[in-house]
Amino acid sequence: MLNIAIITSCVMVCTALLLSLYRLLRGPSVPDRILALDTLYINSIALLILLGIFLQSNLYYEAALLIALMGFMGTLALSKYLLRGDIME
Amino acid sequence: MNLLAFNLPLVALIPFLGAPIAAWAARFNRLASAWVAGIVTFLSLLILMPVVHIPFDNDTLIQSWSWLPALGLDFAFRLDGLSLLFSFLILLIGLLVILYARYYLSPQDSMGRFFAYMLMFMGSMLGIVLSENLIQLVIFWELTSLTSFLLISYWQYSQDARDGARMALTITGAGGLAMLAGVLMIGNIVGSFNLTDVLASGDLIRQNEHYLTVLVLILLGVFTKSAQFPFHFWLPHAMAAPTPVSAYLHSATMVKAGIFVLARLFPVLSGTEAWGWLVGGAGMITMVLGAYTALFKHDLKGLLAYSTISHLGLITLLFGFSTKLAAVAAIFHIINHATFKASLFMVAGIIDHECGTRDMRKVNGLLKYMPHTAVLAMIAASAMAGVPLLNGFLSKEMFFQQSLVATDHHPLSWAIPIIVTFGAVFSVAYSLRFIHDVFFNGEPQGLTKTPHEPPRFMRIPVDILVLLCLGVGMVPVLIVAPILTVAVAASLQGVPPDYSLAIWHGFNLPLLMSSIALVFGAIVYFYREKLFRWHDENLPRVDAKTLFNRVTHGLLVLSGKISRLFDRGSLQNAISWVLLSGVAATLYGFLQFDSPLFGDRTLLDANLLTMVQVGILIVASILTAVMHHKRLVALIIIGVIGLIVSLGFVKFSAPDLALTQLSVEVVTIVLLLLALFFLPQHSPQERSHKRLTRDLVLSVSAGVTVMLLAMAVMTRDYSSISGFFLENSKPGGGGTNVVNVILVDFRGFDTLGEIVVLALAGLGIFALLENLRLPAPLRDIDGREWSHDPHPPIMQTLTRLLFPLMLMVAVFIFMRGHNLPGGGFIAGLIAAVALISQYLANGIAWTNARIKVDMHKVIAIGLTAAFVTGFAAMFLSYPFLTTTFTYLKWPIVGKFEIASAMIFDLGVFLVVVGATVLILVELGKLSHASHSLAQQEKK
Repeated sequence: MLNIAIITSCVMVCTALLLSLYRLLRGPSVPDRILALDTLYINSIALLILLGIFLQSNLYYEAALLIALMGFMGTLALSKYLLRGDIME
Repeated sequence: MNLLAFNLPLVALIPFLGAPIAAWAARFNRLASAWVAGIVTFLSLLILMPVVHIPFDNDTLIQSWSWLPALGLDFAFRLDGLSLLFSFLILLIGLLVILYARYYLSPQDSMGRFFAYMLMFMGSMLGIVLSENLIQLVIFWELTSLTSFLLISYWQYSQDARDGARMALTITGAGGLAMLAGVLMIGNIVGSFNLTDVLASGDLIRQNEHYLTVLVLILLGVFTKSAQFPFHFWLPHAMAAPTPVSAYLHSATMVKAGIFVLARLFPVLSGTEAWGWLVGGAGMITMVLGAYTALFKHDLKGLLAYSTISHLGLITLLFGFSTKLAAVAAIFHIINHATFKASLFMVAGIIDHECGTRDMRKVNGLLKYMPHTAVLAMIAASAMAGVPLLNGFLSKEMFFQQSLVATDHHPLSWAIPIIVTFGAVFSVAYSLRFIHDVFFNGEPQGLTKTPHEPPRFMRIPVDILVLLCLGVGMVPVLIVAPILTVAVAASLQGVPPDYSLAIWHGFNLPLLMSSIALVFGAIVYFYREKLFRWHDENLPRVDAKTLFNRVTHGLLVLSGKISRLFDRGSLQNAISWVLLSGVAATLYGFLQFDSPLFGDRTLLDANLLTMVQVGILIVASILTAVMHHKRLVALIIIGVIGLIVSLGFVKFSAPDLALTQLSVEVVTIVLLLLALFFLPQHSPQERSHKRLTRDLVLSVSAGVTVMLLAMAVMTRDYSSISGFFLENSKPGGGGTNVVNVILVDFRGFDTLGEIVVLALAGLGIFALLENLRLPAPLRDIDGREWSHDPHPPIMQTLTRLLFPLMLMVAVFIFMRGHNLPGGGFIAGLIAAVALISQYLANGIAWTNARIKVDMHKVIAIGLTAAFVTGFAAMFLSYPFLTTTFTYLKWPIVGKFEIASAMIFDLGVFLVVVGATVLILVELGKLSHASHSLAQQEKK
């Protein structure tokens, strides 16, 4: 049962990844693309957690943890760049 | 620990340790650095003392440690008679020069810098003469080139000093490279770089087919260092150095290093016809040319410079004779020349000091102003001329004797005594000029001050040296015979021949030659005005400096042209060369061998997940290339690539790499954004079709090549070295995380080097960006004004909340790094990102007010921790960076393992945090500075 759920979720997350990629491709504006990158990060967290459950390995959680902790930093820096140009002032 | 087990390396290395102390002491008191230099030199001498008796017992002391055993390299020192003689010359004359320099340097000159350079130079010289290993000898040899460069250019504000120093460095450094090649060839022939083995294989080397090449390479080193024709021209230009430097470098040390190698390798290389022609020829030309030119120099130091060249030529010529007795005479003259030349340079310095000029057309009649110094100078100059009862006479007598008998069998041998006497005539003439022009010959002309005797202690070194000249000249058997005998024995590697140090040998040919030299020398000096005129009118002026500058400039232009063929200053161009040669080399490899391209290993299954990831990677990569004109968008897409690569690392079970890649991604984006702020937002369009096609073909073929190569490797079974690490990680390094154990233990030395590079890069970037001002764009890419809210509150609150969490993760990753994925490097990156997030969200001023840690200090502490762990192992007599581990039991925490490698890892952690934060914040400050600049302009 769990396996079916995981596989289904994986497929759905993969679809989300591809859709984010489409947004990255198309844009049209820069904020769209930044959002696409951020969503890709979030989707990756989901994917890693799913794989961690599936393969029963702790190491996947750690990669997910690091993405959760630090992934937003890129988004933050990019957004600040759009707002102020100068990201560290 | 027994000090006597390693006192020889200490003798050579203590001056290096003393150099920073001398520089540091000058901060408190000018004279303190002179004291430090003196004490350090004395200490070196003291440490040498307990083993001084060994050469006199006909023994050789060797102290050796394994250095790079795989290459047969030892860190080895040797004390025999020759080393002992030179060590004494270096240390004793060094002490006198230090005393002299303390009075010579004016209050404007930095004493700390002078004595620090001086000590480093002394250490390098001692290293040369005490080396047992030839490679090590060459290393110290190059160190003397470098440190003498610093000494000669001591008065950095003077163009002459800088030019002279550069010329000396170029010539002697190039010679050193040639010598390195020669030494490598000797090592190849003999099978060892140790002098003990090399000196025993003279026949082997002389009979080798490459003997001539070896000889020429070694002699290139010797001739450049010892200023032999045609490389002699750097020495007069080195006279721009302060006089104590000249007194030291050109009497007992620098130029004698070349002579030392001649004496050292004498039993190995001498005795052949090639040696006779090359060494003897260069020596003879140098001797005559130097003596002749010296007479025409009006500058006191110029005269002494050419006289030095001439005497070096004399010593080289003696070695060129290849006989045992000639070697005795050569080594004897090394001692004598060191004593009288050092004192003469010091006198020249005193005169310069007291008169303000060294021009012998102005400096006249000093006898009544400084009678004591005048007497000293006259004795030393007479020794230089070879007047009886002085030391120069004895060795010159031996020299004449050898010039008569050494080359009996040669058809041209009758010419040698004549040429030699001709040189000696001029030697007498310039010595006479030194005495008569300076101390007699009327009154001083146009001096700005009235000369008088120098301070008492400035004269004492000259007193001592002149006393030595007299002592050796009158009772040579008492003073010089013992050390001369052991030095000759060491140089010849055998029993020294019978020679007589008597002052009177009866009426014979050498005495006649001496008399001719003295009489005709006086005549030449008497008619000097005519000779000067004739010289000026009839001989072409060769300005070595212009010639040298023209040659070096030509070489620079030529090499510039060659590099311009490939490098047009554009990154695209450079990359295309690299790719092209890569593709060409691979293609050649494919065509050369006929094994199948792919192996027969079964490939892994591709599932949906992998396909999606790979798809994203491919699309994103292509997109980066397509969108690269919009730099910000390209940056976002690169972020995607980084993410997918990290996921790839997770999939292929490389969690350490994945964690590192994720942290590096964040730092990279921040770094690039900081820089992008000041850069154009768009790259120019490539319009030319031809160029686009060319680039497309090149990049696709490069990509396909890499893919084929990767496939060729991955479809084959192969065994890598990872098996060793997997097996030994736990028993050898005490950790189950192989990656981390490799980093801090197996390859700890590499890691140490890497963090040093990282620290240097951080400091270098800091130095480059400090005080830099760049114009910041006032509007964004679409021409809108920037937002007026620098720190949105949501961003601030969120990052402040996350800060302790991130640090906790960093600590966690660090602590368990030895056994599970993690370690100092990843933890350092995470902590750096945590800090950077605060700088981003709250601004530099806010964060700096709360984190009052200087990142320079963090880097320094980190490097120190890493080095201390390494040296701690050495103190426990293990090799550098050996680690140890044990298990501790704490309540609650339970049993856990603690390894000395953790301190090392802590060092890595601190350096990574320090360097990363330092670099990024420094870039951030750049925009901060320009921001306020822009605002000021607005107002």
